[in-house]
Amino acid sequence: AENEPSWETPCSELLVYVSTPGCDGFPSLDSKESYKLSVSKGSMLLSAETVWGALRGLETFSQLIGRDENGTYYINETEIVDFPRFPHRGLLLDTSRHYLPLRAILETLDVMAYNKFNVFHWHIVDDPSFPYESSTFPELSKQGAFNAMTHVYTASDVRTVIEHARLRGIRVIAEFDTPGHTLSWGPGAPGLLTPCYIGKAPSGVYGPINPIVNSTYQFVTSLFQEVSTVFPDFFLHLGGDEVDFTCWKSNPEIRAFMKEMGFGEDYKKLESFYIQRLLHIVSSLGKGYIVWQEVFDNNVKLRPDTIIHVWKDNSMQYMSEMANVTRAGYRALLSAPWYLNRISYGQDWIAAYKVEPLNFAGSHEQKALVMGGEACMWGEYVDVTNLTPRLWPRAGAVAERLWSNETVRDVEDAYARLAEFRCTLLGRGVQAQPLYVGYCDHEFGGV
Amino acid sequence: WELAADAVPEHSLWPLPQRVRTYPRQLQLAPSRFQLVHGAGSSAGPGCGLLQDAFRRGYYEYMFGHSRRRTRGRRPLAARAEPELFQLQVVVEAGDPGCDRHPQLTSSEAYHLTVTEPVAILKAYEVWGALRGLETFSQLVHEDDYGSFLVNESEINDFPRFAHRGILLDTARHYLPLKSILTNLDAMAFNKFNVLHWHIVDDQSFPYQSIYFPELSDKGAYSSNLIYTPTDVRLVIEYARLRGIRVIPEFDTPGHTQSWGKGQKDLLTPCYNGGQPSGSFGPVNPVWNTTYDFMTTFFKEISSVFPDEFIHLGGDEVDFSCWKSNPEVKEFMKKQGFGIDYAKLESYYVQNILDIVSSYNKGQMVWQEVFDHKAQLKPDTVVQVWMANNYAHEMSRVTGAGFTTVLSAPWYLDYISYGQDWKKYYSVEPLNFPGSEKQKKLVIGGEACLWGEFVDATNLTPRLWPRASAVGERLWSSSNVTNLEDAYKRLTNHRCRMLRRGIAAEPVFVGYCAHEAR
Repeated sequence: AENEPSWETPCSELLVYVSTPGCDGFPSLDSKESYKLSVSKGSMLLSAETVWGALRGLETFSQLIGRDENGTYYINETEIVDFPRFPHRGLLLDTSRHYLPLRAILETLDVMAYNKFNVFHWHIVDDPSFPYESSTFPELSKQGAFNAMTHVYTASDVRTVIEHARLRGIRVIAEFDTPGHTLSWGPGAPGLLTPCYIGKAPSGVYGPINPIVNSTYQFVTSLFQEVSTVFPDFFLHLGGDEVDFTCWKSNPEIRAFMKEMGFGEDYKKLESFYIQRLLHIVSSLGKGYIVWQEVFDNNVKLRPDTIIHVWKDNSMQYMSEMANVTRAGYRALLSAPWYLNRISYGQDWIAAYKVEPLNFAGSHEQKALVMGGEACMWGEYVDVTNLTPRLWPRAGAVAERLWSNETVRDVEDAYARLAEFRCTLLGRGVQAQPLYVGYCDHEFGGV
Repeated sequence: WELAADAVPEHSLWPLPQRVRTYPRQLQLAPSRFQLVHGAGSSAGPGCGLLQDAFRRGYYEYMFGHSRRRTRGRRPLAARAEPELFQLQVVVEAGDPGCDRHPQLTSSEAYHLTVTEPVAILKAYEVWGALRGLETFSQLVHEDDYGSFLVNESEINDFPRFAHRGILLDTARHYLPLKSILTNLDAMAFNKFNVLHWHIVDDQSFPYQSIYFPELSDKGAYSSNLIYTPTDVRLVIEYARLRGIRVIPEFDTPGHTQSWGKGQKDLLTPCYNGGQPSGSFGPVNPVWNTTYDFMTTFFKEISSVFPDEFIHLGGDEVDFSCWKSNPEVKEFMKKQGFGIDYAKLESYYVQNILDIVSSYNKGQMVWQEVFDHKAQLKPDTVVQVWMANNYAHEMSRVTGAGFTTVLSAPWYLDYISYGQDWKKYYSVEPLNFPGSEKQKKLVIGGEACLWGEFVDATNLTPRLWPRASAVGERLWSSSNVTNLEDAYKRLTNHRCRMLRRGIAAEPVFVGYCAHEAR
């Protein structure tokens, strides 16, 4: 027939050429992920500076392959030159509000790779539970996990996650959030948390980590010594968000300390006191750190290479926060408009897609300090029963915003590609939910 | 946090029965010896397939978990103080228990459960009540820390507050594979829902394979494998029946019918643009006789395929613009003296369909617009109230006009939002509208609707459960069961139980289950 494509000689191999060695290393913030892909008659070539670029190129190559009604696989002649707009493209999972079984984390890493995400931000512990099995402090998970036998991540589990991620060019950045968000640490580390008081007597309830006792800093040093060894990435996320001062204020020893230090009634100063010491400890362990924006907002003295994670989204104020953070010379990560746990009716992927991370008043140099961003899937209402459909394909909108050129914004075109990509995900066995009405050639088979 | 096990019996029942008394004394069950049997004097016996199926299917797996069926044990239970419960005897009292029938709006679902040693007794008027009682009994049995199965002595007297407790599934916006529908029928049974409102076709696709009009699905389904064959439909109906669930199909017309036009030429109204057909089509054409010939044959098939007494005829969201553009329709309006009131044309059409369906001895359910636009309904037509704006007033109007009504407006579960929205569904009081006692009796129940624009098999189960459970209790339990704290405890336990039974219900809040989803 006239309009039938003419089949050229079958392609038999894709040649992959990498110029810099590094197969056995770990990806980093500075890794080059660029690649060139050239598909033409008789030759298919993927070239990249690093293995990480090769991985990105392989994913793209896999997306170019089509299949016709006769079942024949084909690929069009193609020339691609590609590289990410932002070097830090992350996804946050929360394994404290709900435990996520290992296979859920590993599957998420697979799909992250399909979307060219390259950072897994593991918010591993928090108030409700402490699933991380620490070799230095085994009581932390024994007393703090939902169930110390079944709802924990063993050292082997953690190694598995890190290696599974590495093989996909994904960095694992662990977050041990302090001094707030630490209730689950208490049972396994007596004396770590601040005892709250009602009047003159302890109430039996505990608050944030106690910043005034030396034992706290001994504990923190030992724990982060272990964490620094277990997690190979240069960066650790130290949290520092939402510290509730009520308990500190109620504690007479802390009040006395505040007086002694001349902090007055400004508990932000006490928070800074703790964080500064924590940052110093972590620095001496040879790690860099990322902190939530409160640490910056509360005027803590930070190292110049600190990365500030902007998360507060009260009526689009996050853009001025991005401006402030970068104006002060710090690197920034954006998450505020990308809290994927905040579900709503309809095609909310569009709002995530339309975000422009550099849409703030600032100089060129400032904007160069934006490293990228992270889609966050907080776990209050999420566990393995609904994680995958809630993450995908919505997180794909964030993935493109962080990888592709800033001019790539047409929603209609994005819809067509994302809907097609969703069908591809289904074909790969991923339980990605629909974008809108319609169907895929291979519908989801499991239930 | 979510409790790992349903430790306290009062904290494990969902929906909460009308009258529950539990006693501290516990009885032990040995999975290898415990039996569900037909009691003496029951009008149902081993020939009652429905109960046999319920005994075997659910109550061993559901009560004791998967790996419990060991060979007959002779060893007495370990030296424990608790006496052994050997049997649950099921006694169905009505002369005709209903084993081979389909459940109806008027079926009795009441039961009386006495759990005491050595045998527990479940009495129900009809098999439908026995099914409800079996579910409750399975919720009373709990496992202790040592793996022993225990049940507290109890006395339960139960019946549903409302007779129509439904879930709407939409298989037109997205095809739902059979497995997905069947899994949800299981979940419905765990929550004592008794109606599956199957919104089977709509604008986007026509997956129902019609015997008389095979072109409808040939041309109208998303693709040739995304259909429901007559065998599939029979399977759904029987699977539902065995769980005491009615299947009410909805063939929504005259709007929501784009997909019908693909396989049935000249059914839909051709729209006009400046005197010429534009190429697009609107609602079903109400002026041609061929329309009513088609509907007569079509609903003859539907009436025989679906055994329930009711068929849902839709009638919502009819867009008049296409009718207004069509010269034949305009001519017809003039001839009929409808003026420019197209609601009259809609009513003319609907009345004809109601007559057709009535002639097949089926009752009809319609969406509220049919009532609002003043169509002449049959006296027993059921009106489904779905528009959220001021629905209490609509409830007053519909019942005030003497029609039975089903409430859905506050229970559109496809409208997801962040947080514990189950609480808002739970807090709805269906009879909270101005009206007399007589009016309020006309409210036969409600339906939680899961429209399919953004839902398919990848996210249906977690989106529906346990949020729909909140609606389930509101429709079954007494109106004074409103305490959110108590509901939270029971709902989280119930959710963990659904997980154990293979329903991927999403979490209510922070916490965990002893047996997480796999």
